[in-house]
Amino acid sequence: MTALPLILTVFVACAVEAVEALTIVLASGLTREWRSTFQGMGAALVALAVVIAALGPSVQALPLTALRLVVGALLAIFGLQWLRKAVLRATGYKALHDEASAYLREVAAAEAAPVTSRGRVRDWYAFVLSFKGVFLEGLEVVFIVITFGTNQRDVGAAVVGAAIAIAVIAVTGVAVRAPLAKVPENAMKFAVGIMLTSFGTFWGAEGAGVSWPGGDGALLVLVPAVALISLGYVALIRQSVPSKVVVQ
Amino acid sequence: MKLLKSFGEFWYDFIVGDDWQIAVIVVVALGLTGLLAHGAPVNAWWLLPVGVSAALGWSLYRAVR
Repeated sequence: MTALPLILTVFVACAVEAVEALTIVLASGLTREWRSTFQGMGAALVALAVVIAALGPSVQALPLTALRLVVGALLAIFGLQWLRKAVLRATGYKALHDEASAYLREVAAAEAAPVTSRGRVRDWYAFVLSFKGVFLEGLEVVFIVITFGTNQRDVGAAVVGAAIAIAVIAVTGVAVRAPLAKVPENAMKFAVGIMLTSFGTFWGAEGAGVSWPGGDGALLVLVPAVALISLGYVALIRQSVPSKVVVQ
Repeated sequence: MKLLKSFGEFWYDFIVGDDWQIAVIVVVALGLTGLLAHGAPVNAWWLLPVGVSAALGWSLYRAVR
């Protein structure tokens, strides 16, 4: 497999996470104060670097077969959770993720919280809010980069995909100075769920000792098949169960 | 101990999420695939995709019924 599908997959997955982190950082920076927000962001990036330093080399040291078995299983399970949520959102059983309303909720909570300082941090609430947002969303980026990168023996390409996604979202966020509500986040999450599940299934089965018909080319069948099955479930649920409207 | 429990809970929630039965079905399908590949030997490449589709369908069925 060339590096392009890897870069594109990681790019889309990481862009979704970056949009969510941006919403939290903007809510914190614009309603509280930027210095503590940036301190929280910086602390989260350091914590993520520690996680990468701890996990990356040990994951890369695993033999490829064991790596594909373990990482494939984790990715398939992780991806199926994304797909499950995406199908439930598409059929109205789960509220659509709305960055604009998520932003308003964060702003309301940030405005209500008292200002307390700790050490060099002037606004502890802004620090913690920014730290948690960046660390938790960043952890998913790290997970995707490490699993995809190590399995394809091309961590560099995965890092490039993630870095472009984060840069694009950060630059857009700075320019717009508002949550990126127009990003088709739910459709992107559906696509990411399909990719994570497909790659997880492919690598997991290879790790278990299977030879795919057509080698890596089997992914060209597996990805559309997972997409069709997921869309089939959406159609089936819409047909058989009255649609629900869930308001977040 | 509490820290260890929180750490475990965080990763469980991160990977397994809302429905643990998905994880069980995927692990069982992978185990069977491995057993067939190394024991029989049968190249059961189709088994995991079937398991994954079934896991998603079963989880969705329970969520919307």
